[in-house]
Amino acid sequence: MAVVQFSEEKLNKVKEIIARYPEGKQKSALIPVLHLAQESFGGWLSAETMDYVAELLQLKSIEVYEVATFYSMFNLKPVGKYLFEVCQTGPCMVNGSDNIIDYIKSTLGIEVGETTADGMFTLKAVECLGACGYAPMMQLGKHYREHLTPAKVDEIIAECRSKAN
Amino acid sequence: MGRKLLLENAHIEGIRYYDTYRKNGGYAAAEKALKSMGPEAVLEEVKKSGLRGRGGAGFPTGMKWSFIAKPEGVPRYLVCNADESEPGTFKDRYLMEFIPHLLIEGLLISSFTLGANACYIYIRGEYAWIPDILEQAIAEAKNNGWLGKNIQGTGFDLEIYVQRGAGAYICGEETALIESLEGKRGNPRIKPPFPAVKGLWQCPTVVNNVETLAAVVPIINYGADAYIGLGTGKSTGTKLISACGNINKPGVYEIEMNISVEEFIFSEEYCGGIKNGKRLKACIPGGSSVPVLPANLLLNTAKGEKRMMTYEGLAEGGFATGSMLGSGGFIVMDEDQCIVRNTLTFARFYHHESCGQCSPCREGTGWMEKVLKNIEYGKGKMSDIELLWDIQRKIEGNTICPLGDAAAWPVAAAIRHFRDEFEWHIKNPEEAQRRNFGLAHYADPLPVPAAV
Repeated sequence: MAVVQFSEEKLNKVKEIIARYPEGKQKSALIPVLHLAQESFGGWLSAETMDYVAELLQLKSIEVYEVATFYSMFNLKPVGKYLFEVCQTGPCMVNGSDNIIDYIKSTLGIEVGETTADGMFTLKAVECLGACGYAPMMQLGKHYREHLTPAKVDEIIAECRSKAN
Repeated sequence: MGRKLLLENAHIEGIRYYDTYRKNGGYAAAEKALKSMGPEAVLEEVKKSGLRGRGGAGFPTGMKWSFIAKPEGVPRYLVCNADESEPGTFKDRYLMEFIPHLLIEGLLISSFTLGANACYIYIRGEYAWIPDILEQAIAEAKNNGWLGKNIQGTGFDLEIYVQRGAGAYICGEETALIESLEGKRGNPRIKPPFPAVKGLWQCPTVVNNVETLAAVVPIINYGADAYIGLGTGKSTGTKLISACGNINKPGVYEIEMNISVEEFIFSEEYCGGIKNGKRLKACIPGGSSVPVLPANLLLNTAKGEKRMMTYEGLAEGGFATGSMLGSGGFIVMDEDQCIVRNTLTFARFYHHESCGQCSPCREGTGWMEKVLKNIEYGKGKMSDIELLWDIQRKIEGNTICPLGDAAAWPVAAAIRHFRDEFEWHIKNPEEAQRRNFGLAHYADPLPVPAAV
């Protein structure tokens, strides 16, 4: 029996997602439901969570694992409360994304892929996020933060800290 | 000032919402298509317009539509490719974020033409705020009788659904996108069968890019002849270009396809010239997968003519002296940019994004990244240049999908046009590590083009 469990509201959302596809094609709901699971269960997908999703969609667990491990937006280990995903691809690099990554590393005292000791911030360097005209940039939650400078990074960190308190 | 078709109303406050969109001529094309034209006439108009797929490949849209199989009792699907993951490309985001009803109207007309009663917008997962905008527009369209059952009393039914991906560039390839939409890894399928015969859930399916589907609206509104009049040769109509890099005015521009590259980069109407008064060094004109061009070949073809911002113009001379319009992702580099470093970031991108199905792509992209990294960080050997050339040749054309080509071409073009820069890195490892590489080594620096 799985310990993870969607709320009633989220279960209704799952039903709504499945209804988008023809009967018997509920596997198509897998990626949207994994997004929902990641949002609901601490920002990452544990094996237990993936098993729960498999059970909900009547799939084998391996079908869920192979999808979750393919897509870069699914986190397979715990991440901080705030995930800084900084784009490092060509157009962002041309506009100084390397300096922004270095600045975040030194400000937070972590390397790329690490989480701060207080569990507040994780830093990831990611590939193109489609914001090339507004570079350098990062994704924070559902939104993009663009035209980054060290001062803007400071503001974002302060904003996250104040929200968390 | 160029004529705008897709962005003509983009400046109007509230154009994101149905009432404003409708007041400004929205859904007139859908009304015309559904009530007075019919599917055959719409298809003929789209074919006549010469519209080519705006996602990168540039395949004629009307022809693609005409391939759809029509077996009795089998549903057909339209899938809108909103995956937009090609580095340098961010134009579809603009359309979806600011003028969502233009896309909804285009989907309605296109689905009607194809006989599809369900349409899926597959959007890259990172654009996490845009599905809410699209879903609101879909709800508004439905409330006003443009979606759902018996649309505007015509007997046509259509539902549009939005599906988020989860971070995989390969899902921009149509068969990988279909696999992902079916809840699987985004592994491209071997073609044939083509999606038009066996696509989503093995049913006939057309996959078109956001900009392509939005362009159907002005084609129906103004007619194919007017659309053709805005372009030249095989490049008809207008094209959205997402311009970025070292320019004064990065952003999304709609161009008539009859202007020169020089005008696009240096005129105030578009990119406004190179930032900080620097000189133009190079440009990738159609998204990261297309060949980079040095300034002299970017502004003028090998024949000495002005290079045009058209499918044919950018390809002029083939890959030896030309490039591609691709997705319209226009990445401009100034004299301070290092081509080796730039090529390395793209090699890293393609290595990261390779789905891993085909050995040449899975292994080759990683190999190219490692060799480029060695050169960039002062550990390269002269033989590495030939090695890189050899690897890219062994990837190109030897994979199920075009990702292999997309990874190979930037490396080939960088070596072809900037071999001396690779050599300089190998001969001067310490200095290469210390500073970005500019134009200083050129005996005859490239001239700065006159502002237009």
